[in-house]
Amino acid sequence: MGKLLIHQNLVNEEIAEKLINLCPFGSIEYKDGNLDINAGCKMCRLCVKKGPNGVIEYIEEEAPKVNKKAYKGIAVYVDHSEGKIHPVTYELIGKAKELAAKVCYPVYCIFLGYQILESAEKLLHYGVDKVFIYDYRELEHFRIEPYTAAFEDFINNIKPSIILVGATTIGRSLAPRVAARFRTGLTADCTRLDIKENSDLIQIRPAFGGNIMAQIITPNSRPQIATVRYKIMSATTPTKDPEGEIIVCSMDTSKFESDVNVIKVTKKEPEENISESEIIVVAGRGIKTKKDMSLAYELAEVLGGNFAGTRPMVEAGWIDAKKQIGLSGRTVKPKLIITLGISGAVQFTAGMQSADYIFAINKDPKAAIFTVAHYGIIGDIYEIVPKLIKNIKNAKGLIGEIPKYMAPASMN
Amino acid sequence: MEIIVCIKQVPGTSKVQVDSITGVLIRDGIDTKMNPYDLYALETAVRLKEQHGGHVKVISMGPPQAIDIIKEAFMMGADDGFLVSDRKFAGADVLATSYTLSQGIRKMGNFDLILTGKQTTDGDTAQVGPEIAEYLEIPHIANVLRILDANDKDMTVEMDMPETIEVAKIKFPCLLSVEKDIFEPRLPSFKKKVETKNKVIRTICLNDMEDKNEKRYGLSGSPTQVERIFPPDENADKEIWEGTGEELADRMAEKLKELKFF
Repeated sequence: MGKLLIHQNLVNEEIAEKLINLCPFGSIEYKDGNLDINAGCKMCRLCVKKGPNGVIEYIEEEAPKVNKKAYKGIAVYVDHSEGKIHPVTYELIGKAKELAAKVCYPVYCIFLGYQILESAEKLLHYGVDKVFIYDYRELEHFRIEPYTAAFEDFINNIKPSIILVGATTIGRSLAPRVAARFRTGLTADCTRLDIKENSDLIQIRPAFGGNIMAQIITPNSRPQIATVRYKIMSATTPTKDPEGEIIVCSMDTSKFESDVNVIKVTKKEPEENISESEIIVVAGRGIKTKKDMSLAYELAEVLGGNFAGTRPMVEAGWIDAKKQIGLSGRTVKPKLIITLGISGAVQFTAGMQSADYIFAINKDPKAAIFTVAHYGIIGDIYEIVPKLIKNIKNAKGLIGEIPKYMAPASMN
Repeated sequence: MEIIVCIKQVPGTSKVQVDSITGVLIRDGIDTKMNPYDLYALETAVRLKEQHGGHVKVISMGPPQAIDIIKEAFMMGADDGFLVSDRKFAGADVLATSYTLSQGIRKMGNFDLILTGKQTTDGDTAQVGPEIAEYLEIPHIANVLRILDANDKDMTVEMDMPETIEVAKIKFPCLLSVEKDIFEPRLPSFKKKVETKNKVIRTICLNDMEDKNEKRYGLSGSPTQVERIFPPDENADKEIWEGTGEELADRMAEKLKELKFF
């Protein structure tokens, strides 16, 4: 909470130039002896901290305080389709329990749907203290107004301090709506979560679309809401004996009125989901032509795994969007991941860095992927991969055929 | 059909890095472009206009330079452009950005439909669309795959859900965020570039808003705060291998075998 104040009397051309060069967002302008900050400013305050002393000052403003003690507990939104609970829910329950233990908070679930009582009972095996269910016909399909209304009712009555939502297509639509209704903070796609003694949730996520992590807090509003993608946190193991209780909530059904009407629901064909693969070979921009994608396919095949790609490969149309790993694609946590010619932008690594073993092949020794890889292999994929495929085939006793792909002479 | 499309200028590359020693952001060039996902929203809007008549207006929040992407939108068929820009909006998080855009949209006249892209390539949050809808008190559908029907009162769309594909009818006014590939975006037209060369782009600043309380905008209006930024963790026990292609392939095969992957 605050603003930047420029002391124009301290500004000269030299100082202005220094500041202009310092600002990572190009937001400082110098015109007619006047220094100005434009709307591109991200308030990183680098100009205050690293700029010429005292030229730009940060003025702290008193923020309205929230009574943090009035809010208690960590609630997990139960993501589901017709009562079938999405596994991200169990991962979030595991995280919620870990955070709750640090501040002696209860762990809640909020479950919105129709005829969901039986599914709700499953949640009691995961150590949840209370499962609040809103079981109404109007909640049979995910429609934004009734779901937000039920969520609002839950928050008003239970006052949780923290709400964790799976970043599925439903969660990413519902969480922002709820956050805006309560004028509170929402941090998307957190990769790490922790909690302070004063109940502030520490939310860490990649930021500015680059190789930067940001630690974000919501210090003056409650509830604090965060979304987390599937396969980022570890699921908790179920216990035999159910604990906790189910609370069936009732609310004013006139709030379920909606301008959305679901006409038809078609189950998706069960498709190969790379998030479930234990071995994944990922193709990146180091692959030069669409034809060369066979490097990734073949390596995946001999290892009995799946292949995937980065955003540029999807944008080039070389690979299906469902096979994209990264913040704008899928998150994976396989036992083994091999990256081929991938530079390793955070956008990508955030979607795969919790893999058990990461092998990265890249020609550029400075590639960022080598900071997350367990085995960084500096070399040319066009030289290494065909030989590797051959070695594996030989070892597996497969007929020692020469790989279909041979490096073209021009590449050497 | 009166359509508003929200567009954003994003960095052309994602190569912003932090110096791990000084913690200073290193800027690598300042080239910018329209958020690629917005092209699909814009294409959807222009197609709807071609079929049903009406107007397409674009709105962007950002620094004065963001005018470039509004001009680009004109070349794709947008009729009008608004830039929401004020130093007081600086440091806005998702909530403050959504509030600012919703206030800006209130200055753009009546609308039936607001379209947004799936997400931006710099923030990757996909949250601003739904929050704008909440502030404007209109329904929204995210992850729209196809538009099946539209008339003057409502639209029928196909949406992507975790386990299902659903068809839903949504009444106007509403907000839709569309998936990539809903339509193939057209290329900017040179003819339109010439035609719209002198088109006025209106800038909306804090003083133009209905709500002029600066505490609701920018950093002050942002419930989330960035406490610190830092480079991603390095893997402490990593191994780096160098050698010829052949050596590396052998070594990698051995290691994979040792780890029992084959």
